[in-house]
Amino acid sequence: MRISVEGLACRRGERLLFRDLSFALASGEALVVTGRNGAGKSSLIAMLAGRLTPAAGEIRAEGIGEATLAEVANHVGHKEGLKASLTAEENLAFAGAMLGRPRLSPREALARVGLARAADLPAGYLSAGQRRRVALARLFVSRRPLWLLDEPTSALDAASQARLAEVMQGHLAEGGLIIAATHAPLGLEGTKTLSIDAHVPGVDMSGGAEGERA
Amino acid sequence: MPRLSSLWNLANPTRFLGLADRLLPWLAALASALLGVGLYLSFFVAPPDYQQGETVRIMFIHVPAAWLGLFMYVMMSASALGTLVWRHPLADVAQKAAAPIGAAFTFVCLVTGSLWGKPMWGTWWVWDARLTSVLVLFLMYLGIMALWRAVDDPGRAARAVAVLTLVGVVNIPIIKFSVDWWSTLHQPAAVFRIDGPTIHPSMLWPLLVMALGCTVLAIALHVAGMRNEILRRRVRSLRLMEAERLDAGAETAAGAAR
Amino acid sequence: MTRAFLALVLRDLRLAARVGGSGAMGLVFFLMLVAVVPFALGPDLNLLARIGPALLWFSAVLATLIGLDRLFQTDVEDGAIDLILSSDTPLEVLVAAKGVAHWLTTGLPLALCAPLFGLLLALTPGAMLSVAATLVVGTPALTFIGAVGAALTASLGRGGLLLAILVMPLMVPTLIFGVSAASAATAGTIAFLTPFLILAALSLVAIVIGTFAAAAALRQSA
Repeated sequence: MRISVEGLACRRGERLLFRDLSFALASGEALVVTGRNGAGKSSLIAMLAGRLTPAAGEIRAEGIGEATLAEVANHVGHKEGLKASLTAEENLAFAGAMLGRPRLSPREALARVGLARAADLPAGYLSAGQRRRVALARLFVSRRPLWLLDEPTSALDAASQARLAEVMQGHLAEGGLIIAATHAPLGLEGTKTLSIDAHVPGVDMSGGAEGERA
Repeated sequence: MPRLSSLWNLANPTRFLGLADRLLPWLAALASALLGVGLYLSFFVAPPDYQQGETVRIMFIHVPAAWLGLFMYVMMSASALGTLVWRHPLADVAQKAAAPIGAAFTFVCLVTGSLWGKPMWGTWWVWDARLTSVLVLFLMYLGIMALWRAVDDPGRAARAVAVLTLVGVVNIPIIKFSVDWWSTLHQPAAVFRIDGPTIHPSMLWPLLVMALGCTVLAIALHVAGMRNEILRRRVRSLRLMEAERLDAGAETAAGAAR
Repeated sequence: MTRAFLALVLRDLRLAARVGGSGAMGLVFFLMLVAVVPFALGPDLNLLARIGPALLWFSAVLATLIGLDRLFQTDVEDGAIDLILSSDTPLEVLVAAKGVAHWLTTGLPLALCAPLFGLLLALTPGAMLSVAATLVVGTPALTFIGAVGAALTASLGRGGLLLAILVMPLMVPTLIFGVSAASAATAGTIAFLTPFLILAALSLVAIVIGTFAAAAALRQSA
């Protein structure tokens, strides 16, 4: 599959967050979106997930048939979407049922993030980092090709970050796509980077670096 | 102060669990024996009432249930004081275990009152002052149980419920007074009153045995309920520890891998 | 599609049953309303029996309203709504699932307990039966009409009061036909079946309109 974004602009309330944002991404590629706080990284992710309507511009996706981009995207946002009184396994089983295209069982997915023993613990008992990992385990319960990650490494320790980089590399090798908004480097090789700051109105445009790193 | 220290020892939940395990079979046996004798006396020995006939036998369950509905609330209020003033570790537990038992006895009182009312008054329910007060008591139990359910952390829930329980205690006389006033304001005089003349000894004895049996039953249930609550809290803290240990385990595993 | 539907119903039922869930709260509130109204009206059993069906219905409306504001709000607050919205199952189906779960935990228990609470109001057995029957048939309308308001106020912090203001007028027809069918047994001025069938029709219409409107509102606001 292939995603191309052209001339995208985002308006939240009265404020124009960014404009003229374009990029293209094909299977097996990852895009890291950087930018200062409040520049609109999360808004970009939300737009790609179909949760926000662009003020201008276009998001096109090819090779996904009748489905919309939101239906092939596995979105892990700021809010984890975990219910405190349900166990980690129940939370993931629900996520699996919503996302469709089943891949790993909830327990197997938890094992991938190193939380196999947390399966029967209510999500409310887990620490912030553990909750984050349970949310990330959602990536394995469904075979959705596009991973949309908003600050995936927040609240993760070094070991978990390394593990995350590993699974993201695996996903790309299988022909998946990843778009991640982050301040911290993800530890992935061969990613594209997109700095939102370059597209923020009122900021010097020439300084923005949008390009490919080998 | 040996007495105080022994009381303090009892406050240790582990000791309480040991004591509960030893006490419970005896309490259960005593409750069954008393209730067995009490029910036999109530149904076969006590004479039918000259006015109410056989239905008077409902009284032998109804009255003890009413008494215990109140008793458990008093128990809960004492525990609530223990929670707020002395921060006694077992007071929370006693408070929580008492609520469903008290609610159950109050409910039995309401149901038997209703069953008794049908032949006496010709209707299942009359907004009689006493019945209505018991109904309000039942509603208060439900509120307290709802508050217990709403808060996950037992310590926080206990303090919140303790405040509510004590507010309830202060209000009980006011509620009782208001309901009486409301009732006399409205009550048609035709309603048959249960509190006739003094009770005959042939009925008093079964009633006393039943009241004692129900009290022992309530205590046994309360001890069992406290034991369950302590175990439930231990399960909860074990699970919290388990969640903490998950991270430690992951770190050491990652360290070993490096 | 059925898998997603059942998963959502099951999850909401679990949430209601666990600590912190709404559980039987609506039912307790219902009992409180029924128990408190006679203090305002006086304990005259003839009066209570006459207005009993109306009283039970009105209490059912209020008890349904009480928990409705949390219907979508919790999912919006913790982000579970993202999962629901990104599902390939149509949102309408999932909104219907939420409505069904809400009805199973609120409307159905209200209807089943109504005869018991009817005892407090000296209802005749016939009246109890008709109140229960009309509540079983009519509470889905309350839930699904309320779901629209719940979806509209989902992203507002404190939608409770606003929700009630929005949906109470829409519940008027349900209340009218519910009460007329329920009191047909006692009053005997009209046949039971006419208002009952209209009530059933209102419920069916509310399920359809409510599902689509709530889904549309969620897409806009959440």
